[in-house]
Amino acid sequence: MDKFATLNSVAAPILREDIDTDVIIPINRLVGNSVRGTLGKWAFTALRYKPDGSENPEFVLNREPYRGAQILLTGVNFGCGSSREGAVWALHEMGIRCVIGSSFGDIFFNNCFQNGLLPVVLDRQTVESLAREVEASQGAGRVSVDLENLEVIAPSGTRYAFAVEPARRQALLEGLDEIALTLKRAPEIAAFQARDRQQRPWIHEM
Amino acid sequence: MAARTLFAKTWDAHVVADLGDNAYLLHVDRHLLHDLGGSRGLLDLKRRGIPVHSPHLTFATPDHAISSARGRAGTSKIGTELLEALRVETKEAGIRLFDIGEPGQGIVHVMGPELGLSLPGCLIVCGDSHTCTHGGMGALAFGVGSSELAHVLATQTLVQRRPKTMRVDFAGEMATGVTPKDLILRLIGEIGAAGGTGYAVEYTGSAIRALPVEGRLTICNLSIELGAKMGFIAPDETTYAYIQGRQFAPKGAPWEQAVEAWRQLPSDADAKFDREVAIDVGAIAPQITWGTSPEHVIAVDQCIPDPGRIADPSRRGGMQAALDYMGLRPGEPIAGTKVDWVFIGSCTNSRLSDLRAAAAVVRGRKVAEGVRAWVVPGSETVKRDAVAEGLDRIFLEVGFEWREPGCSMCLAANGETVPPGQRSVSTSNRNFVGRQGPRARTHLASPAMAAAAAIAGAIADVRQMGS
Repeated sequence: MDKFATLNSVAAPILREDIDTDVIIPINRLVGNSVRGTLGKWAFTALRYKPDGSENPEFVLNREPYRGAQILLTGVNFGCGSSREGAVWALHEMGIRCVIGSSFGDIFFNNCFQNGLLPVVLDRQTVESLAREVEASQGAGRVSVDLENLEVIAPSGTRYAFAVEPARRQALLEGLDEIALTLKRAPEIAAFQARDRQQRPWIHEM
Repeated sequence: MAARTLFAKTWDAHVVADLGDNAYLLHVDRHLLHDLGGSRGLLDLKRRGIPVHSPHLTFATPDHAISSARGRAGTSKIGTELLEALRVETKEAGIRLFDIGEPGQGIVHVMGPELGLSLPGCLIVCGDSHTCTHGGMGALAFGVGSSELAHVLATQTLVQRRPKTMRVDFAGEMATGVTPKDLILRLIGEIGAAGGTGYAVEYTGSAIRALPVEGRLTICNLSIELGAKMGFIAPDETTYAYIQGRQFAPKGAPWEQAVEAWRQLPSDADAKFDREVAIDVGAIAPQITWGTSPEHVIAVDQCIPDPGRIADPSRRGGMQAALDYMGLRPGEPIAGTKVDWVFIGSCTNSRLSDLRAAAAVVRGRKVAEGVRAWVVPGSETVKRDAVAEGLDRIFLEVGFEWREPGCSMCLAANGETVPPGQRSVSTSNRNFVGRQGPRARTHLASPAMAAAAAIAGAIADVRQMGS
């Protein structure tokens, strides 16, 4: 997994509520076992392109300097809906490394941590205030995210503390692999299954 | 011992290790794979040289990317490759596959309960957000992404954060024309598409107790549209009667032992929940969505809401964008809105009782001119049972297409889409932008309401259809 420590970047506000993972990446781009690496250009298809395939100039990520944003400032319930991890892959492939919002879909939130993309939860007023600052500078004001010190720094220099569960913070900072960590617990898993087989045989013997 | 919820009892019984900071390593009792992500997970593991930990607890079936046309004609090249890869990789790993044409094949969330794989007190995962459906059996069940899917294949466990708990009490009796789909849509309308985020939701109350298992599965299916990864209903005699005798259900002495254990699962009378919501079922009318989130829902006899009355600018903007996408004007009655497509299917509403409810509405009538109407049964078994009682004939005679089981047009992963700009009434679970195809306009409703729309050629109140 990619590591994440600090980031200083243009931040693009997408504050509409309930941006779902179908909007982040349409399903037709996810059918097949070799789609990874092909998804960045299809992120936000319905918002980013017109029906004729040309870019929609109204969409924030089609405008400079937001086109190069590595941070998204997101509305309530960003990433709701489908469990498709392709939503995170698509964001990552288009260069996004951090999403800052007041709430996220639960499964999307988990999937972010699996891919070195940091989801930061701040209260809604703070997210909107960051968006206003960024917009007032026409995107020039950069936002910093510091996972070591658990701070978001606004273009004005205002610092906002955020929380990340310690294990997740460590995993991102060190790029740890969760499967490798759990495989070290193989004896505990075997013991659980042996015990459970006695207590709930119908689970294990069909 | 302190009073505990169904959630706490089941969660605690699956803890392999307490990892601290509210994180736990949990044992997975049932892992369901499908054609869209199953072979990818198995191939990822193979590439890393890691064997599948518990193939006997893992079950697979193709549903997402296969065509629903007769003979599966029109399955795309890539869909065919995914199907073939699922066959090869499950065989190599020793995982039971329910293949096309055999009983057991179907939408994963229809097949699990139907085969007796999904049991009370189970922890079930699948690479699909509607895994919450299995909560209708009294299981903790939730969707996972590709990375977590691979983790489960490799270890038969999953690292999870313990969610908060919510109880939603549905009290009262459903009025004529009202179905479980209407109950859960109304709840989403009341507390919003993020109302359940961070919670495990238990549905309780007299209306829930009165529901057969299939209706409970519909309720739990839409938990994720409430933002809740999992939603569940305590098992009772209705549940046990449904399970008994199914292919993978315990039999003989283990059956007695299992039922005895399941009787201990329901939440204790004085168990505490972090949030409580009460819904008066008697006040609910048939529901229909008007926008691009399941929370954009009204009763069929109401008017399309006006964003101009909403103070919050981001909410107002979202509503206006939804109306623009849907091609609707605020203030007008939603009934009478012309439709082009009707889709009866999906893990929400494709079971035998759903097809019976739709057939009862359409019997002896005709699908309106210009409307294409599909029935896609949820599984091979649902299809065979429906054919045995003549439901396919009823649908075909009135002008519906009767198709092969799978996810089909719910998410259009198999290329079966509602054409751009066209309007569909669908029994599925998501009315998101582009969900049923680029620029497709989806209205979510119950099977009876979808059937009424097919006959009327427009959104219609099933209570006024007469008989």
